[in-house]
Amino acid sequence: MASHPQTPEKPGFSHRTLERNITLLGLCSLVAVAIGGIVEIAPLFWVDSTIEKVEGVRPYTPLELAGRNIYMREGCYVCHSQMVRPFKDEVERYGHYSLAAESMYDHPFQWGSKRTGPDLARVGGRYSDEWHREHLKDPRSVVPESIMPPYAFLAEKPLNAGDMAAHLKALRNVGVPYTDKDISTANADLTLQATADADASDLQARFPKAQARDFDGNPAMVSEMDALIAYLQMLGTLVDFKAAEAQEQPK
Amino acid sequence: MPATLAKSGGLFLAMVLALVAMAQAQDTAFAIHMGIMALAALIAALAVMATSDVTARLGHDESVYDDAPVRWGVIATTFWGVVGLLAGLFIALQLAYPVLNFNLEYTTFGRLRPLHTSAVIFAFGGNALLCTSFFVVQRTCRARLAFPSLARFVFWGYQLFIVLAATGYLLGVTEAKEYAEPEWYVDLWLTIVWVAYLIVFGGTVIKRREPHIYVANWFYLAFIITVAMLHLVNNLSLPVSLVGAKSYSAFAGVQDALTQWWYGHNAVGFFLTAGFLAMMYYFVPKQAERPVYSYRLSIIHFWSLIFLYIWAGPHHLHYTSLPDWAQSLGMVFSVMLWMPSWGGMINGLMTLNGAWDKIRTDPIIRMMVLALAFYGMSTFEGPMMSIKSVNSLSHYTDWTIGHVHSGALGWNGMITFACMYYLAPRLWNRQRLYSLRLINWHFWLATGGIVFYNASMWVAGITQGLMWREYGADGYLVNSFAETVAAIHPMFLLRAFGGALYLSGALVFAWNIAMTIAGRIRAEAPMTETPYDARADRPLPAPASAAGALQPAE
Amino acid sequence: MSDYESLRHFADSWGLLAMTLLFLGFVSWTFRPGARRRHDEAAAMIFRSHADD
Repeated sequence: MASHPQTPEKPGFSHRTLERNITLLGLCSLVAVAIGGIVEIAPLFWVDSTIEKVEGVRPYTPLELAGRNIYMREGCYVCHSQMVRPFKDEVERYGHYSLAAESMYDHPFQWGSKRTGPDLARVGGRYSDEWHREHLKDPRSVVPESIMPPYAFLAEKPLNAGDMAAHLKALRNVGVPYTDKDISTANADLTLQATADADASDLQARFPKAQARDFDGNPAMVSEMDALIAYLQMLGTLVDFKAAEAQEQPK
Repeated sequence: MPATLAKSGGLFLAMVLALVAMAQAQDTAFAIHMGIMALAALIAALAVMATSDVTARLGHDESVYDDAPVRWGVIATTFWGVVGLLAGLFIALQLAYPVLNFNLEYTTFGRLRPLHTSAVIFAFGGNALLCTSFFVVQRTCRARLAFPSLARFVFWGYQLFIVLAATGYLLGVTEAKEYAEPEWYVDLWLTIVWVAYLIVFGGTVIKRREPHIYVANWFYLAFIITVAMLHLVNNLSLPVSLVGAKSYSAFAGVQDALTQWWYGHNAVGFFLTAGFLAMMYYFVPKQAERPVYSYRLSIIHFWSLIFLYIWAGPHHLHYTSLPDWAQSLGMVFSVMLWMPSWGGMINGLMTLNGAWDKIRTDPIIRMMVLALAFYGMSTFEGPMMSIKSVNSLSHYTDWTIGHVHSGALGWNGMITFACMYYLAPRLWNRQRLYSLRLINWHFWLATGGIVFYNASMWVAGITQGLMWREYGADGYLVNSFAETVAAIHPMFLLRAFGGALYLSGALVFAWNIAMTIAGRIRAEAPMTETPYDARADRPLPAPASAAGALQPAE
Repeated sequence: MSDYESLRHFADSWGLLAMTLLFLGFVSWTFRPGARRRHDEAAAMIFRSHADD
């Protein structure tokens, strides 16, 4: 690469050096684009106040986790947020605004970006299992204005979540505090939580507030519907906001 | 030929590996994907054996540009563009008429929406970036594409990535992070393809015969490097099994949210902006036949754009549980970003300074100007929407959808179409495009489509945002959520109409490109209609006895 | 939280000033009169035909 006849090289660094050296240009670009991300993201991992200390948040039970995976598989996050903002109307419509701690075990987060349908961060316990069943099978049968797709197939598909022990192990490896017991009994827990009248005391001791029952109203089979409703019914139910209210700072 | 033997042998080995993974698969979707991989490896192996070594066949003729991958890229861009827009129109209709979900798990909005976004961003936009970058880097470096076989691998590998991603969405394989939905093994595949892309692009720049690296290449380079960084970090995840599709993100909750939107916003910033600005900096001056308005402004544009863009991600998380300081930083940098964006727009538009008449006479220039105008509009709207008080109304509503489409349909779509119109006759050695008048049709169909799309989404977004927060005199919320959905139904219909217009414009475009490739030329009146009469073009009116009059008298 | 507070103050004051100066320096250096011809050449580079090199 001979230097151009009209413009002899000057010694030292100038933008011209950059304009002629792709490695340098690439490195400088990388530095320029790396700074913003480092400054904004890295502190979230070490600033303690990022995630407030809240009582009650726990990892998902195997059945809830399987339901959450169905929620992700069906792309529910495309139309439903799980993030209540601290505005009067949102708090009245959906419940207490969301805390960072409430999604601390969510790999990945499902805050969403669009509300084609309502926020689901606190949908747990708001409707009966039966309502959810009908709504998922044929949304317009219970909400005439709804534009949600029907998910009747969930009730017909047996839950084939894979080896839940492997799922819990993977999650533990990325930081979710599952115990050895949780992992070894994961597959049994999965079925147990979806069975009517089963003894769930051990499960509830390890996963407080876990709800165990036949969610899909079909005792013959543990279906995908069981898992999804189990997940929906626990959303936002873990933290007791009545107890926490007194300690809150005004926002 | 040992090279051919080694390559095809390696590909057969890859096929066997994929078949083994298929046999061991934990779930059906993974098995199907490994089957596709095996099939792709087999086809590639056969192709390598049939065509022998590309490098050898082309004989290292450095005196001509290697345009085959560019030609394929033009066809792929056209094809995926139509597919992506069709998917978009379909899901728009699903929102207006939910019966179109067909009660099937594979055709629900939730699975088709990622198909639409990935098809338009990564398949249509990505192929446009691949093929224009291969075209531009050769011309501006006056060098043949480095590593021709690798360039071919980049093109076909990228198509395989698209097929894996698209089929995955239909089967429900997703990481559930917007615009980063493909699962871990597809991400790994894209990483391999992307590194190869960097090697081909960088290698061509290194072997250039021009001392200076033209500014378009800086934007392409920043796009390639930054997308690699974003892709790697945001997709860090742990597979449950090495022979299963499912993985769990390495990050959780608030950290995962900011990582995702750092990625998501800069997919816009670097994939859909920096890369497309590279196209702007080459094709606008070339089509206008005059150098870029200010080369120095382009240097400032480049460094300030890439430095500022990366900070803007948190504006997607206003009023969430992301710490306030991060939200504020995101807002401040988003507002600042307005400056380099408009600097770039002005630089592009002012390139036409002194040749504004081309907007009337040259339909390709007209399309470029429209693209730049929409770039300006959406980069004004974006910073405005990142202001927290505006965002409190706009967030979660269709206003965001409208904003995205003003950028995507107006800026990315129109500049891509213009570049394809520029490329097609040159790549296939045609005298001109099949039809210039059809570009006019395309232009107006697309413009009309964007107007309907954006206007309806603004109204829908603001209507719904205001209805959500509406309080009655009794102090209670006035509207149930379902009522706000019913209220915007007419806007969903108008949006679908706008989408249909835009799609029909794209079909006209595809027809024009196809006919150009076929070598046809449409018989049509030329676009320039300014009348010219040679007889009238003289200082004095012609005398009655025309011919002899000017002869000198004898 | 003093770490955070002090960083925040630094960013609002000296950090901001440094970035402004850096930006102004960068702009004025890019637009310095002496560089005009070289940049014009670079801008016109895409129009030079094969023949002249």
